[in-house]
Formats: sequence, C-alpha cells, structure tokens
Amino acid sequence: MKTIGLLSVLFTGILLMIAVVDFPDWGDPHSPANSYLSTHYIEDVEEETAVPNMVTAVLADYRAFDTMLETSVVFVAGIAIFAILRSIDGTSLAGTTRRLQRRGRSKKEKRKGQGRNRRDEMVAAAEREAAKPDLIVQTTVRLLMPTIQLFALYVIAHGHHSPGGGFQGGVILAAGLILVAMSFGLENTLAQVPEKLSLQLGNLGVLIFAGTGVLCLLLGANFLDYHVLAAIYPATDEIMARSHSMLVVEIGVGFTVMSMLYLIYANLSSHGDLKKGL
Amino acid sequence: MLDLIIAKFNYWVYIVLMMIGLYAMIAKNNYIKKLIGMTIFQTAIMLFYVSIGAKQGATIPIIDHHGDGGDHGEAAEAVGHAVETAAHAAGSLDPDAYVNPLPHVLMLTAIVVGVATLGVAMAVVQKIHDQYGSIEEDEVLKRIKL
Amino acid sequence: MIWQFDLIILVFLVITSLIALRVRDLMSAAMILGVYSFLMCLLWAEMGAVDVAFTEAAVGAGLSTVFLVATILRTTRRSSD
Repeated sequence: MKTIGLLSVLFTGILLMIAVVDFPDWGDPHSPANSYLSTHYIEDVEEETAVPNMVTAVLADYRAFDTMLETSVVFVAGIAIFAILRSIDGTSLAGTTRRLQRRGRSKKEKRKGQGRNRRDEMVAAAEREAAKPDLIVQTTVRLLMPTIQLFALYVIAHGHHSPGGGFQGGVILAAGLILVAMSFGLENTLAQVPEKLSLQLGNLGVLIFAGTGVLCLLLGANFLDYHVLAAIYPATDEIMARSHSMLVVEIGVGFTVMSMLYLIYANLSSHGDLKKGL
Repeated sequence: MLDLIIAKFNYWVYIVLMMIGLYAMIAKNNYIKKLIGMTIFQTAIMLFYVSIGAKQGATIPIIDHHGDGGDHGEAAEAVGHAVETAAHAAGSLDPDAYVNPLPHVLMLTAIVVGVATLGVAMAVVQKIHDQYGSIEEDEVLKRIKL
Repeated sequence: MIWQFDLIILVFLVITSLIALRVRDLMSAAMILGVYSFLMCLLWAEMGAVDVAFTEAAVGAGLSTVFLVATILRTTRRSSD
C-alpha cells in the first residue's frame, strides 16, 4: 500500500510540475486570471458599492449567493456534528451499538466488585484537584474576554474599511466563548450560552442572510440584489443601500459562524454529552 | 534557467506540499494523521489559488482614501502614488496596482468551511474510537472483520 | 513580494508539514500544525491577501488546533506511524 501510494503520488507530482511550466509567471499582472473579471471589481467597486475593501464587497455583494451557501454549509456541519456525536443521558442519538464499550464496562464493574483500592482513591483525588478552578487563568480570562469580544465586534463592523468581516469576527467570538469554556468549565458556559440558544442563533444568521435576499425579491429586484433596499433604509441612495446591506449580511454570517463553531467545540470536547469539557 | 526557476518555484513548492498531504492521506495509518494530511492538502490548494491572484508590485485590495498612504511599504507606496495620480486623472483605478480580490474571497470562505468540515471529521473519529476502541486504520479493519 | 522571503517561508512550510506527519505524539503533531498555519498566514499576508491571512490566523492556528486537541484528549494520544 505504501509503495503504491508513494509511486502514484510521485507520478502525479511530476505530471503537475511539468504542467506548471506552461503557467504564467508568478506575480504576472497580466495573466489570464487577472485580466477579465477581476479588473471590473478593482475599477468599479468603489463607485458601485462605496466599500473600499474589495474583498468584503465581492464577498457580500457580487458573490453573495456563494457566501450564503457557504454559511449554510457551516450551519449544516454544526447540525451534522449534532447528529453524529450528541448523546442524551448516555444514549447516542445516532443509535450505535457500542459493543466494545459495553465489553469494557463489564470488566470495569468486575474490578469494582473487588472493592475500591487505594489507587482509585488517589486517582479520584487527583481528578478533584484538576477540576478546581485556577485563579490566575480565570482572572486573566475575565480581563481578556471583553477585549476579545469588543475586537470581534469591531472586526465585523469595520470589515468595509479594513481586513475583516463576518467570518473572521464570528470566529473570534467563538474563540472567546471557547476560552471561557476551557477556563470556567463547559457546564458553566453552557449555563450562560445554552445549546438551544446557539442553535437558534445559527438559524437566525442564515435567516438574516436569506431574508435579505427574499426582501430584495419582494421589492422587485433579483435575489440578493441590494440596491432596491434603499426604499427601506432611511435617507440612503442606492449605492449606500448596498453598503449597508453588506453589513446586515455580515452580521448574519457572524451569528452563524460563532454559534456553530462554539457548538462544534462543545460537542467535540465533551464527547457529545455536553457535561464535562476538557 | 534561473529566471524560470524564480518565476515558477512557488508553484513547485505548492505541488510538493500538496503531494505531502496526498501521501499522508493515502499511506498514514492513524486517522488523525490522515486528517492532518487533508489539512495540508487543503491549504496547499488555497495557497495555489491565492498566488494566482498575486501581482508583482501591487498593494493589498483595499482602496486607500487618504492618498498619502503613510503606513504602506515603500515599494508599494511608490507604485501606488504613480498609479493613483494617473488613475485620478483617468477617473478610475488602475487594476495593476491592486491584488486580484477574487481568489481571496473564494479561499476565505473555503477556510471557514474547511474548519467546519474538519470538526465533522473529528466527530466521526470520536465515534469510531467509541465503536472500535482504536483510531488506527488496520486495527479498525481487523475488528470490522471479526 | 520579495522572492527570497517567499523562499524562506516555503522551506519552513515544507519542513513543518513533514514534521507534523512524522512525529508519533499526536499532541505535538497538532501543535506543529498550528505552527504550519501561522507560517501559511505569514505567506498570505506577504502576498497581499490580508483578509485570508486574518481568517487563517483565527481559524487555522486557533480553532482547528483546539478541535484537534479536543479530539486527541477524547481518543488517544499515541500514533503508530
């Protein structure tokens, strides 16, 4: 298997390396990829949308359909993890057999029957010691957490003028929640941000994105063609309506990414029962 | 020859990285190692896409409003200045002065989707460990046959 | 876009990817994959793809390492190859 794999990989690699010689030079400004569509984005993005960051404009406006479905993919991934791993009261939702685990459990019960020895007690004491909250970590997290969240909100809101946007801001928000879950325990964090709420937030994000598109449809334009939304926002023209709609859509993306990545971490770290984290 | 190497070595290194990832996916025995190989494969492809949009001497794809561009690199600033004055005269921006934004958009979403799918793969690995007590491919296959 | 700088980062990328696949301890492999992601982020920032670099710094080096560590702690830390 290994030699066959190595040979096929080498063969593919050599073929690709020969093919690359026909590519345009690295960093060539007039290569085919840089000459047709992208020049339109660079030249006209500011006039058409009033957003200086071209990446945000292309992400949330010109290719909004793509972004909407990518957001849905993140949402579906969260749901898939829920379906695969989530278990309630020890029984998995997926209905697996777990025959090996059952075999292991019966062995463990037999050992328990011999009476609890000293080693088990020491292990339990060590676990209790490890489960104690660490003062330094908790204080640091308490100080860091508002800064992280504020920065994430800044990244979402300022994505029009600087690198950033819904995806990055959502990931930073999720990272903040994961930090809290690591230092304060998953259960405490889930008491603050319950599973149900984060699923609802994930739903809401996709709904905001798709709802903006449907609103455009209702006002007589194409799906996600934002310029008609000028009729809804107070005192804006068609160009600024596109800029504002991008912010709305990015907020939706941020909701979905934050809640789904947080949920993925909660399921992965607690092995699906959402009781004890790392 | 040296010109050819300088113009193409980036692509060659991307292919080397991609092949490292592919080989790991084929030949490694441990599922987590396979997933690490998949991540390397994925990032190599993203690197290839982003480098298609790279332009020699171009600046980042964010239009600078202040005009003096105080915090840009020197080379980019010089290019940007010349281009900006020309562009202002013509009324629009010069495409050669900015990196192609389109591959960035595609890869930005691909990274986030990639981590979500990595999470799904991790869940499957945990489930396999539940059922078979191992995350080594040969042991799992042996236990499936039992 | 300085090709010498590119070359150094690319060499480090290949080295870190090889080490991440060679090392037997999966926890070390996860950490080295984080280093790989940071190098990748540096390369993208150097190519002018600031948004992609930002995303990779947050996702690749932060969250995917956390996911890997969570799975490794929930399964096993040893690898046979």
